Amino acid sequence: MNGVHDMGGMHGFGPVEVEQNEPVFHWDWERTVYAAISGPMRRGIFNLDAFRRGIESMEPVHYLRASYYERWLETIISNLEEQRVLAPGELDGRIVDLTANPDLVVVTGRPPAARLAMLPGFRRPALTPARFAPGDAVLARNRHTAGHTRLPRYIRAKRGAVHAYRGCMVFPDSNAHGRGEAPEHVYSVRFEAAELWGESGGRREAVYIDLWESYLLPAEER
Amino acid sequence: MAKFHSTADPYIVSRVRALESLLMEKGLLEPGMVDAVVARFENDTGPMLGARLVARAWLDPEFKRQLVTDATPCLEAFGLNGYDLLVILENTPDVHNLVVCTLCSCYPWQVLGLPPTWYKSPPYRSRAVLEPRALLAEMGLIVPEAKEIRVWDSSAELRYMVLPERPAGTAGWSEEQLAALITRDPLIGVALVPTPAGAGPA
Repeated sequence: MNGVHDMGGMHGFGPVEVEQNEPVFHWDWERTVYAAISGPMRRGIFNLDAFRRGIESMEPVHYLRASYYERWLETIISNLEEQRVLAPGELDGRIVDLTANPDLVVVTGRPPAARLAMLPGFRRPALTPARFAPGDAVLARNRHTAGHTRLPRYIRAKRGAVHAYRGCMVFPDSNAHGRGEAPEHVYSVRFEAAELWGESGGRREAVYIDLWESYLLPAEER
Repeated sequence: MAKFHSTADPYIVSRVRALESLLMEKGLLEPGMVDAVVARFENDTGPMLGARLVARAWLDPEFKRQLVTDATPCLEAFGLNGYDLLVILENTPDVHNLVVCTLCSCYPWQVLGLPPTWYKSPPYRSRAVLEPRALLAEMGLIVPEAKEIRVWDSSAELRYMVLPERPAGTAGWSEEQLAALITRDPLIGVALVPTPAGAGPA
């Protein structure tokens, strides 16, 4: 989706601000949020691609204003609600309960049965031969999907050269929406700065990015 | 401090508490699990495995050849088994490598721990691909015009770590001494490994 998360090449965010001696987590709630994804993911309630989709689907102003782990919190909640692990209003109800009774004790429940037979890792056996090989000239498709994708805007409609074959992997555009893993070949593709940014591109600069096969066309098919 | 940093906003804290409570009730979060999950990052906050891989690569040409070709066996030598998604990018006199994730926050946490906030922030994500030389100069690293900059946008599940150039003044150093010199930033590509203070030529 053409969201605000797709930041490559944007202006206006200012200088990089480095915090010296930064702690791993700034607040206790961030530790909780970090740990909260592992149970649902292990039970197949949502996968990493759906997790990313939930972040990208945040209202854009909220996305930009939110801190990193607040975005995690939002996608955990929206994914759990989507999968009906949380009922509508259940979270708000618990906030009310905890406000009235801060020492509310919950009984640790039994984990639900795993939903999907989620395979570990991201690599999958290839069912078709790879279409491209290192050295091939390729064109990134100019496709503006409304759903989750890992083809950023700044790469679309640009010409590059395949640098390396990376293997056959789960396809996020499908997996993020519960439409199956639909694995595809992945390639590292090199794009020259002049191709990406025209006259604004720096000299002797290039971007390498990993792209799934269906993001790419042979360069002559423009 | 910075505008991209988090807060202890009471509304967020109340939502996290409620979520934690509901996850426990539903058997999706066990007591003690938060501490257990985050322990490895809090107890070892440095660049973890990354510095040791680089130090060994500087000393052992065969290890380095393997590391830049296929890092998986090298990771196994340090006890990280079956991780086949790490790609090592070798800096040379002619090429400087820089790692970013423009779409989210992908980072080689298996070897570097969790990413710093600046890595996940809009300024870094937006500018690293558009104007890497200017961005690095702002961050204190001047890359000469003659040197090519390769920016690696971590858009898939491959993860990237830079193998920086070995600094002068470290001839005869042991693997442990070298590893202690290597901090996180050179392994992302936003700094060089410094020449040790008072060191003579390599």
